[in-house]
Amino acid sequence: RILRVVGAASMALTLYALIQTAVLCTNALAVLHEERFLSKLGWGVEQGVGGFGDDPGVKAQILNLIRSVRTVMRDGGYIIPYLCCVLLISLS
Amino acid sequence: HPLSITVVRSFTAKSRARAAPPPAGSVLFEDTSSTAPAMNSQGYYTPGYDMQGASSDMQGGPGAGNMFADPMANAAMMYGSSLANQGKDIVNKEISRFMSVNKLKYFFAVDTRYVLKKLLIIMFPYTHQDWEVRYHRDTPLPPRQDVNAPDLYIPTMAFITYILLAGMALGIQKRFSPEVLGLCASTALVWIIIEVLVLLLSLYLLTVHSDLSTFDLMAYSGYKYVGIIFTVLCGLLFGSDGYFVALAWSSCALMFFIVRSLKMKILTSISSDTMGMASSAKPQLRLYITVATAVFQPIIIYWLTSHLVR
Repeated sequence: RILRVVGAASMALTLYALIQTAVLCTNALAVLHEERFLSKLGWGVEQGVGGFGDDPGVKAQILNLIRSVRTVMRDGGYIIPYLCCVLLISLS
Repeated sequence: HPLSITVVRSFTAKSRARAAPPPAGSVLFEDTSSTAPAMNSQGYYTPGYDMQGASSDMQGGPGAGNMFADPMANAAMMYGSSLANQGKDIVNKEISRFMSVNKLKYFFAVDTRYVLKKLLIIMFPYTHQDWEVRYHRDTPLPPRQDVNAPDLYIPTMAFITYILLAGMALGIQKRFSPEVLGLCASTALVWIIIEVLVLLLSLYLLTVHSDLSTFDLMAYSGYKYVGIIFTVLCGLLFGSDGYFVALAWSSCALMFFIVRSLKMKILTSISSDTMGMASSAKPQLRLYITVATAVFQPIIIYWLTSHLVR
């Protein structure tokens, strides 16, 4: 009986949880600081741009992705990530 | 009756294709049935699609619309159908901003023979020889003419059948309530979304320039629901042993199917970095993606069905 209850509880992966996770992860990507953190790791902006004619490679693609997420969140929608996080954390 | 539902849906697909003007790639919707317009039979077979029936009545000529003796009722019906047409145009315009409806129609262009053959291939893929998707002047052939083409009809039907089966299984265990059904549906939907997103992300990161669109990936990850249905049925009919036997069988069949289908698309796709400079990491990473997708299927099948058969 305990097994069945546990089995039912592990199924509670709702759509709302997915949206929550997505917004929080996107926000986490957006707030990665350029100078303090990424450059120290060797993941700065200047290291991302590599061979232009060639296939970029996994690391360059990841850096591109992080940079574009940051650009969209900061320059395009300044308020949106803050609002989303405040709402989610207050409602969770 | 699933077969009659298949026939009705193929009829509605054809009637919808006939009511709208054919797209530029008109090989998609060449009518494989008889070319008689048969508006009355359209009205009979599509009881829910009143707008379609009314609009095809309108297009059939001005004389065909006068069905009532009372002219006021005629005028009212024409006015109502023109309103419905306007509403339909607005909805189409809004939807086509988000996704291409033509591309979606391609995935539902199926017929009975294709569905039966595809189901057989999903459950027993070991004897299928030719896995290549056939093309016709650069556009992929619709599922009606090519049994290797992915479609969205089977995954959708399998998903709904899985939810109904889950409700029935929970009812047998006396654990049923309507909320549990919604929970099950949203869990399965979330897993599909997660899988499609992870696949899209990994394909983007490895710059695999294949022609796998989002709908293709949704189709391939929806085929596992056929295996899930088979597993749950065997578990309900034959108990725990039958469940594990069916789980092993459908896992192997699905893994083989996914690897053979995606191998064509991912591993042999042209990357911008071709001759000679191809680093040894690339084909390996693509192989990892294909194998990881395949291995993920049995895990998710077990996860989604084990609580139903205890």
